[in-house]
Amino acid sequence: MTLLETDSDRLLVAVRALLEKKGLVTTAEVTERMAVTDQASPGQGARMVAKAWVDPAYRARMLEDGAKAAEELGIPMRGMPPLGVLESSPEVHNLVVCTLCSCYPRAVLGYPPFWYKSASFRARAIRDPRELLAAEWKTVVPDAVRLVVVDSTADYRWMVLPVRPAGTEGWDEERLASIVREGDMIGVTVPSI
Amino acid sequence: MSFAAGDRVRVKDAWPERTAPAHIRTPYYVRGIEGEVVRCLGAFPNPEDLAFRRPADTLPLYHVRFDKGAIWPEARPDDHILVEIYEHWLERP
Repeated sequence: MTLLETDSDRLLVAVRALLEKKGLVTTAEVTERMAVTDQASPGQGARMVAKAWVDPAYRARMLEDGAKAAEELGIPMRGMPPLGVLESSPEVHNLVVCTLCSCYPRAVLGYPPFWYKSASFRARAIRDPRELLAAEWKTVVPDAVRLVVVDSTADYRWMVLPVRPAGTEGWDEERLASIVREGDMIGVTVPSI
Repeated sequence: MSFAAGDRVRVKDAWPERTAPAHIRTPYYVRGIEGEVVRCLGAFPNPEDLAFRRPADTLPLYHVRFDKGAIWPEARPDDHILVEIYEHWLERP
């Protein structure tokens, strides 16, 4: 039997025991990391977006350093790659892809949706993004709007700060966060009410 | 050599993966293409060495903007592609 054929649960138990025995990782560290991973979800990114929509000073800090802005809201970023935030506007629409693999801002968006890693999404997003967004998400980027495709190729992770939709005037942060979806922060969709 | 925001740069038209095993974070489609530095993102250990557990130099990493039309002629000329590129892949055009 090779490693690849081993029962994965048993393998995990064995590797964890070895790591602890060798003093490389403690149970407490593994437990903490599991809690951090479980906490990561698009709801975290949505809280950041909603706060940026109502608080210009926070928005400025978020565009300067996404990781610090995440930590301000209690989102754990220790050990995570730096986070960059790209602001969309009525003139510019940002779309995030990782053509080389599947880099994704997991700390603030959780696990990537299944299509994000597909060769098809990666190839179409970089070459035919307007056609891709219209065909798969019915997101039509108007001709007058510049489309910026952000290829996440290296040490940073990127999320999109989308445009606040009209009709949300006076909403509080919690209500605003409730309309921000994962796709809005990748740039395949835009928030709507 | 270091670069500042607004500098015109060209990605080296290099293909090291043709001669030896390699782990490269510079996409094929920008090699040999001119773009503009948007900002320096900091400095990071060279992933080309990290991938092979070799001692890695810490290199500046830049966000570089390319006109889509410079890469794919059928693209809308105003559309952009933003890519993170390590300094050793960049040269002055």
